Amino acid sequence: MMDFWFFSDLVRMFEYPFIQRTVIVGALVSLCAALLGVSLVLKRYAMIGSGLSNVGFASLAMASAFNLGKTPLRVAIPVVVLAAFLLLRISESSKIKGDSAVALISTSSLAIGSIVIASTTGMNTDVCNYLFGSLLAMSMEDVWLSISLSVVVITLFVVFYNKIFAVTFDETFAAATGSKTGIYNMIIAFLTAITIVVGMRLMGTMLISSLVVFPALTSMRLCKKFSTVTICSAVVSFVCFFIGIVLSFRHDIPAGASIVIVDVAAFIIFSAVSMVGVATGLYKKVFGKQKLGRFL
Amino acid sequence: MALLTCENAAFAYDGKLCVEGLNFEVNAGDYLCIVGENGSGKSTLIKGILNLKQPVSGRVYAGDNLHVTEIGYLPQQTAVSKDFPASVFEVVLSGRLNSRGLLPFYSKRDKEIANENISKLKIENLRNECYRELSGGQQQRALLARALCATKKLLLLDEPTSGLDPAASNELYGIIRQLNRENKITIIMVSHDIHGAIGFASHILHLRSRQLFYGTKEDYINSEAGKKFLRRAGEDDGFLVF
Repeated sequence: MMDFWFFSDLVRMFEYPFIQRTVIVGALVSLCAALLGVSLVLKRYAMIGSGLSNVGFASLAMASAFNLGKTPLRVAIPVVVLAAFLLLRISESSKIKGDSAVALISTSSLAIGSIVIASTTGMNTDVCNYLFGSLLAMSMEDVWLSISLSVVVITLFVVFYNKIFAVTFDETFAAATGSKTGIYNMIIAFLTAITIVVGMRLMGTMLISSLVVFPALTSMRLCKKFSTVTICSAVVSFVCFFIGIVLSFRHDIPAGASIVIVDVAAFIIFSAVSMVGVATGLYKKVFGKQKLGRFL
Repeated sequence: MALLTCENAAFAYDGKLCVEGLNFEVNAGDYLCIVGENGSGKSTLIKGILNLKQPVSGRVYAGDNLHVTEIGYLPQQTAVSKDFPASVFEVVLSGRLNSRGLLPFYSKRDKEIANENISKLKIENLRNECYRELSGGQQQRALLARALCATKKLLLLDEPTSGLDPAASNELYGIIRQLNRENKITIIMVSHDIHGAIGFASHILHLRSRQLFYGTKEDYINSEAGKKFLRRAGEDDGFLVF
């Protein structure tokens, strides 16, 4: 009976156009974030998502304060892309390391954003939605923009997959054998920036980096190859997003928070499976030399 | 014509000269060992050879149909690559990237070459294993196979035995010698493990912020710089053992 209720709930849920929009955009964003997340986590850039989303917050605040049209995404995207390149430049000059560079940009843009808000509209529901995400944030125009951007991100990721692997695994070797590592780093930064901006209306600027970090870390508990880690995090990310959205709708909790909690649960389950597997030696038996092992 | 020529080259960091007066050439089939203490400019020279750093004066150039992107490079291990989820095959295959140019995916031929090099280094049984779970010596073999995927002519090895135990070091030196003798691959190796390193070398380049010595191994052993350095290194070794 439980299953039946759940099913009818699902059907009822999808009758709302705003839910349809959210699910389409959210699913695409989770996919993009998970793909890029593997590389970002391994390059020790896990917090770049949080940094860039704060830049996004500042630019959304500006956009609404100065009434720059009804689609604030259009303002936020170029600003955040610029910030991503700047971030890369700062940490490449090696005077300021990656994590400090992220902290610099993130806090300064948060400060700018809050000053702009305080001196114009004040703290209102809109601002709260920016911070913690909302199911209602997407307009139809946002949806089309998000879909086309996600398609761009996924296509570029697939095309540059081997180069992204090489640059992530060993940048010096890649550079030494003639790969233009600077360009591929910029592509990663560019794709990340777009993913963050598209995702942050739904997830909220405070929580968007979870989409980048969790699926990658979760799948690294079990998978041992770059290719399977990438595929597994895409799947984990999508499943967690979907469950999270349904829970959010049913229990009327913020979508971003609900998705993160499901991500946490997935992380704990994967970690437990991996630990139990190693402890009992089952892991070697099941994943060792068998077909599954070759796959993972 | 030499594979690689260094003409009166000097390198600097942030405007500060760190190694100068470099004059040497590497010919096909050579086994050049670059020695010197920490801070003597070895790593800088490597960056120069790989074209990752431009000399402030003089020049470094490749000849004999060798392109700088065709140097097989075995870098020192970084913290990132140590806990990276990747199979040995994925790592080795990434050595083919320089031959791909702008094409996005590897060809069947690339995969064959990766498999050939995996067999050459006798790590077929590790092909599908996770790179981070291998021992230090096995990881170096995988990286050496990757370097071989990037070159047919010249290998550049940066401290290949650092962090390896003596048995694994000797094994690796053996493999490198075999590649040099049987597969006719030119070797440039940087090492501070002087005795292990110069054992198989044909030429020595000794650096201390400038070029102290360049020539054949036999000449080096009889030279002033060589005698001093080998004696000191010998004392260091003795100190370590006892």
